[in-house]
Amino acid sequence: MKISFTINGKQETGEVEPRTLLVEFIRYELGLTGTHVGCDTSQCGACTIHMNGRSVKACTLLAAQADGQDITTIEGVAPADGPLHPMQEAFRDNHGLQCGFCTPGMIMSALAMVERHNGEALDEQTIREELEGNLCRCTGYQGIVKAIEAGSKAMQGAPDVQF
Amino acid sequence: MYNFKYKKVSSLDEAQQAFDAADDGTFMAGGMTLIPTMKQRLAMPSDVIDLGGIDGLSGISVDGGTVTVGAMTCHADVAASEGVQKAIPALAHLASLIGDPQVRNRGTIGGSIANNDPASDYPGALVGLSATVHTTKKKIAADDFFTDLFETALEEGELITKVTFPAPKIAAYRKFPNPASRYSVVGAFVAKTKDGIRVAITGAGPTVFRVSEMEQALTSSFNADAISNISVPADNLNGDLHATAEYRAHLIGVMVKRAISDCG
Repeated sequence: MKISFTINGKQETGEVEPRTLLVEFIRYELGLTGTHVGCDTSQCGACTIHMNGRSVKACTLLAAQADGQDITTIEGVAPADGPLHPMQEAFRDNHGLQCGFCTPGMIMSALAMVERHNGEALDEQTIREELEGNLCRCTGYQGIVKAIEAGSKAMQGAPDVQF
Repeated sequence: MYNFKYKKVSSLDEAQQAFDAADDGTFMAGGMTLIPTMKQRLAMPSDVIDLGGIDGLSGISVDGGTVTVGAMTCHADVAASEGVQKAIPALAHLASLIGDPQVRNRGTIGGSIANNDPASDYPGALVGLSATVHTTKKKIAADDFFTDLFETALEEGELITKVTFPAPKIAAYRKFPNPASRYSVVGAFVAKTKDGIRVAITGAGPTVFRVSEMEQALTSSFNADAISNISVPADNLNGDLHATAEYRAHLIGVMVKRAISDCG
């Protein structure tokens, strides 16, 4: 079956089997490999993307369900040759990653979190509660929580930034 | 997962026709249970009928003492609804405890209650608040809707359209979540309604159930001490690697007491 959707501002079309997962289409057909597959059982959140502005797990969506929708992946949060998004920068500054496998999902979840709270700076408790859909096996989360706290603050000072 | 035919429908009639035409069709709401189940090859429907394109099935309205939630309304919307937070804060709180943010952005009330997972949260709210399930064929009282493990009063091909909740005087939901999955090991919904006290337990048994002995005790005296001597027998409760039946029986008392305290 044929599907067509907007991804990172670009219109894409493709031919998929009904059972094709959205994350498979994004990675293997579109070559956008920033969206990771960690557990493939909707627990770890490494495959988190935004669909119509909301964080969702791309391993638990059919590509067919994305037909006609608006999708953003980690590749779409900052220009390829430009500066990092303030949230990405905050992960770098605050030791928010070690191996980096969970990081794209963490950042997509963090941006959705800021969006849910109307762009306000986030406190530690909110971050810990709302990060429950993302697993990290390296850091122990301290650096990630600090990074999201700093990233949400940095986004205050950058009103033009996307999300 | 095994392959299947996929059809996105735009009306309830079209959904019905697609279901009738399929060999072994299934409806998909948010897909948060169906897709993982199909990935594990525990389900192999011939046709998946996606309800995501039907207008008018999602949304929340609050009218006087009644909260109406459309079947395709996602948990995140129920949790964030100012109307629900004001009319039935316990319902918004319950929705905020389901799964994680990504799951709450996709999972729907209709999909959750049609599946009737014993560890799901919504059955507690429906039975605790004496809600009504509206379908394409009839209205079903929550007490009659959840019949057994993964079984409901829905007939083949019957679709939920909305759920109506009468606002209680006060209510609270407390759950002991599985730390990994966030599913309820035991969840207790306690409500003071205009027709009396209701205590609904989810997670512990094959399906949601009420504890009439606790309801009676709380009718005489609405405080946590009133149920101290009441225990629910472990017979017929769920026992698995997460918790034994005896532990779940114990947790029922603990969660009900905490819910009573939350009622203030």
